[in-house]
Parts: sequence; structure tokens; C-alpha cells
Amino acid sequence: MSTAPAEVDLPRSADNPVTDKPWVTIVWNDPVNLMTYVTYVFQQVFGYPKRKATRLMLDVHHKGKAVVAAGAREAMEHNVEILHGYGLWATVQHDS
Amino acid sequence: MDPFRPTRGGGVRAGLAPAEASLLRSLVGQVMTLIAPDGPPPRGQPDDLLDWDGLFSQEEQPQIPDDPVLARLLPDGYRDDPNAAQEFRKYTESSLRSAKQQAAQEMLDTLPEAGGKIQLTHDQAHAWLKALNDVRLALGVRLGVTEEFEEQWGRLRADDPQWAAYEVYAWLGAVQESLVKALA
Repeated sequence: MSTAPAEVDLPRSADNPVTDKPWVTIVWNDPVNLMTYVTYVFQQVFGYPKRKATRLMLDVHHKGKAVVAAGAREAMEHNVEILHGYGLWATVQHDS
Repeated sequence: MDPFRPTRGGGVRAGLAPAEASLLRSLVGQVMTLIAPDGPPPRGQPDDLLDWDGLFSQEEQPQIPDDPVLARLLPDGYRDDPNAAQEFRKYTESSLRSAKQQAAQEMLDTLPEAGGKIQLTHDQAHAWLKALNDVRLALGVRLGVTEEFEEQWGRLRADDPQWAAYEVYAWLGAVQESLVKALA
């Protein structure tokens, strides 16, 4: 899987200014992905220990979504691309 | 089916009946067809290099697919920001399609048509995980599966045309679960 392309510095719209607020990777609940599978993917993709991966999976399952990583926008986009490769429903969001 | 078990060196093994192997191959093949990139763009004649009209055309911007299955396999990368979602799709959709195609092809390459013993390395097992999951996503969306899958299935009459598809979906879940457990 290729990495996210180097970001071309496009002007941001006024309601989305560049700030130092972190970006986050969110995983959303869906009825198909198995709980064991989601946990395993979190361990593989983020290197999280099983306990943390399980807790995040349960958050996704019970609360409908969970923030699974935070950091630079490019890194979050890269995460989302990898998670889409595993079939998880993931999005990038600017933390508010 | 003999469920997946771990092997030394981080791989897995399993056994599949001929009908199971043939069913898996057919389903994976259908997903491959679905996610195959659209045909190549029309060949531009040299003069088309100066086709300024088309330079900023919206048609160049990939959109979230209309087909709900494709929309689930190739989802938006941003939820509340259509511009960012479109930009993300522009840069990632074709590589995501290729990655999914590659995983599906790797699964087909390691899945004997007649079934029998399956022996996978760790990387091959990951290709199976992804390809199997894409098949489950596709079938799940087509069937309208919810968190209450068992109840949905239970409400179907045995002669319902969808009954067999529910059974296949449940079986795929068991195969996936056994593969995850063997890897974890």
C-alpha cells in the first residue's frame, strides 16, 4: 500500500484554518466487521497491546465510534488509507 | 472445513472442501470484478494535450460510488468535509482499489480450486483476511445486515431466496473468525 502523497499546500478555506490542533483517526461502528477482527487490525496497524486494542474496539462497538490515533494530518490520512485496506470504516477529522 | 490453525513461523493452515473452495473463489472473483478500476480513460490524441476545456472539469474528480457496496469498500476518508473527502479520494482511491485487487488475487493464487489443505504464510494470511473481509462487507451490504444478524436470519423462512446467502454470510464470518484466532 502506498503512502499518502506529499501534501500540496493548498489554501484552506476560512472555516478550516491551519492550526496546531491535532488531527485524529476515527473508526466508526459497522455491523459487518467482527469484533475479534477489529481488535486484531488495531494491534497490527498501530502496534497497540491487545488490552488497548480491545478497549478501542469496544468503544467503537458501544459508542458508535472511537478515536484510535491522533497526530499530523498526513499521518492520519495514511492511517485511514491502511484501515480502508482492511475494510474498516475510518475517517480523518480535525480535533475540536 | 478444518478451521485455521497457527503454524510455526507465523503462518496458518486449514482444510477446505471442494465446494467451499469453489464458493470462496467465486465470491472473491465477484468482488474483484466490482472493484476493478473503470476502463482506461479515452486515449488522448496529441492535440488533446491542449484540451483546456477539460483541464478543470469536474469529471476528473472521483466521487463516492453510487453502488452502496462500492461505497462501503471504498469509503470517504472525511465525513463532514466533502472537499477534503474528494481530495482524499483523488489521491487514494486508485491505490486502494489496487491493494484490494492484489489481496483478492493473492487469495485466489493460494486457494486450490479443488480445495484440500491450505497453507499460508503470515503475509498470505493477511491477504486472505482483507479479501475475505471485503467479501463479507459486500455481501453484508447487499443483504442489509445489521447488528441483529441472527434475528434477521431467524425471521427468514427456509424457502426465502435469501436464505442461502445468509447461510454463506454466516459461514464466511466463521472462516474469518477462525483465521483471526489463528493469527492473533
